[in-house]
Amino acid sequence: MDILVCVKRVPDTAENEIEVNSDGTDIERDDLVYSVNEWDNYAVEEALQIRDKVGGSVTVISVGDEESEEVLRREMAMGADGGILLSDDAFEGSDGRGVAAILKAAVEKGNYDLILTGAMADDGAAQVGGMLAAMLDRPFASLVNHIEVVDDKKLKVGREIEGGNQEMNEIDLPCVLSIQTGINEPRYVGIRGIRKVASLEIPVQGAGDLGIDPSTVGEAGAKVRRLEYFVPDLGEGAEILEGSTEEVIEKLIEILKAQGGIK
Amino acid sequence: MAEIFVYIPHKDGVADDAALEMVAAARKIDAEAPLTALVVGDGADLDKVCEQAAAACAKVWKVSGEAFAYPNAEVIRKMLVNILPDKAVVLVAHDTFGMDLSPGLSIKLDVPFLSDVVDIEALEGSSLKIVRQEYGGAVSTRVSCDIGDGVVINVRPGAFKAEDAAGAAGEVVDKSAEAGDLSCGRRFLEVVEAEVGDVDITKADVLVSIGRGIEDEENIEIAEELAEAIGAVVSCSRPIVDAKWMEKSRQVGTSGQTVKPKVYMALGISGSFQHLGGLKGSPFIIAVNKNPKAPIFQVADVGVVDDILEFVPELTEKIQEM
Repeated sequence: MDILVCVKRVPDTAENEIEVNSDGTDIERDDLVYSVNEWDNYAVEEALQIRDKVGGSVTVISVGDEESEEVLRREMAMGADGGILLSDDAFEGSDGRGVAAILKAAVEKGNYDLILTGAMADDGAAQVGGMLAAMLDRPFASLVNHIEVVDDKKLKVGREIEGGNQEMNEIDLPCVLSIQTGINEPRYVGIRGIRKVASLEIPVQGAGDLGIDPSTVGEAGAKVRRLEYFVPDLGEGAEILEGSTEEVIEKLIEILKAQGGIK
Repeated sequence: MAEIFVYIPHKDGVADDAALEMVAAARKIDAEAPLTALVVGDGADLDKVCEQAAAACAKVWKVSGEAFAYPNAEVIRKMLVNILPDKAVVLVAHDTFGMDLSPGLSIKLDVPFLSDVVDIEALEGSSLKIVRQEYGGAVSTRVSCDIGDGVVINVRPGAFKAEDAAGAAGEVVDKSAEAGDLSCGRRFLEVVEAEVGDVDITKADVLVSIGRGIEDEENIEIAEELAEAIGAVVSCSRPIVDAKWMEKSRQVGTSGQTVKPKVYMALGISGSFQHLGGLKGSPFIIAVNKNPKAPIFQVADVGVVDDILEFVPELTEKIQEM
């Protein structure tokens, strides 16, 4: 099975405090630590496990600037067979639909049985997988937390739904799935693994290579536009306990007692 | 202004809370726009849902049939593309069904998509201004979109205050015959119910809940010791289950358990809306987190800005000494 996994380079929220910059046009990007979007990493691991079971290949692809290459390389160090970077000034400022359109053009240049995306990324929109599937006219399932290859025509997939329940579906290949975290345990990538793939070529494709009209993507084609970033209104917010650790603990124990939190 | 359609989520003949929240969202877009409820399903219960929808919307489109007995987003998307008029404004709840349905629906209708909307600010001409959140709620964004040709909007459950269903006495129209070709490449098989764990966190009065801030599986005993000292049960947020450090049955959130304790201690939990969606009955929330900007502090009653790995053992020790 030939599998394409769409990945994105994002600020690592576990390593950074995300703050709004001084004029509200973006988050503060100085000194941010970036990594591969967590959901995408699970998607790559799942693709590798499927390939190792039934054969085929795994290609990782990303829409982004040249720095996204490091993310592709990291996923190749995990075991992906190849990477493709879709990069062009014309792609900058794309909305979700623009990103999906760029990916669609790249998908059509290949021959993939299965396309995986993360269920969501840093902007929390959870949209690119479903849009890409609709553009390609392929079946789609979101929030996938289980994949079983039935044969070369179909998969059995579980979707995570409310209440910890799982919705089982049969889905025809070729299809697009968006992957939920927790579906597997992504393998660790060491420095040595990354060094091994350091010299591998990652082809870069732009609007011209993909036959994309630049006015339909990027800032120019975006129908959904961010006007500003801001810190949400805190409302009342929590009463923050101040003082030395001992004082805070004393206050907290009083509060716990009053609320019935200590039996 | 074009018609606004609200897709009504329902179960066992009862419309979900999100239905009336979306009606409120629709009014915020345009209080005058004609409102149509989309009620899709199968069986006798569906008419009860139509009745509830008719109390809040001027019109109800009922679409029934075996193909809709379980809400398969792939089937429902095809039907909606067949029945919706041009330039429709479509509101869907941003739940696991809406996330499955809407991105593709926007492509098939050739309209923009606004995902996980938490507020609607203004409609000026055909330009709609809305609010979203990014980075797990750490920052908000004000977003604009031209909805003149229609739009699909996913509305975050719980973000809008439900409107009273003020006896709209809406007319129910059966659109089932217009559903059209529904063939698709994904077939629903079954729902596998969540496994019941050794401890039922939904019954606990006091929960000590841990998140990413616990950092390592070995550190979970810090929470277990505190829980033992105060007579609480340990629960967790999603990353702990993803890491396979605790059972799924211990997870609080929309994709885990819905809990209603009296006191909820959130230790090293940032407080995503998916996590908070699993907290019902207004518990007293105590948050401990080393990041003073963690969204959990917006909803908590009391907060401590400290590293849980240092603070919690000291707290436990003091309680044990009592």
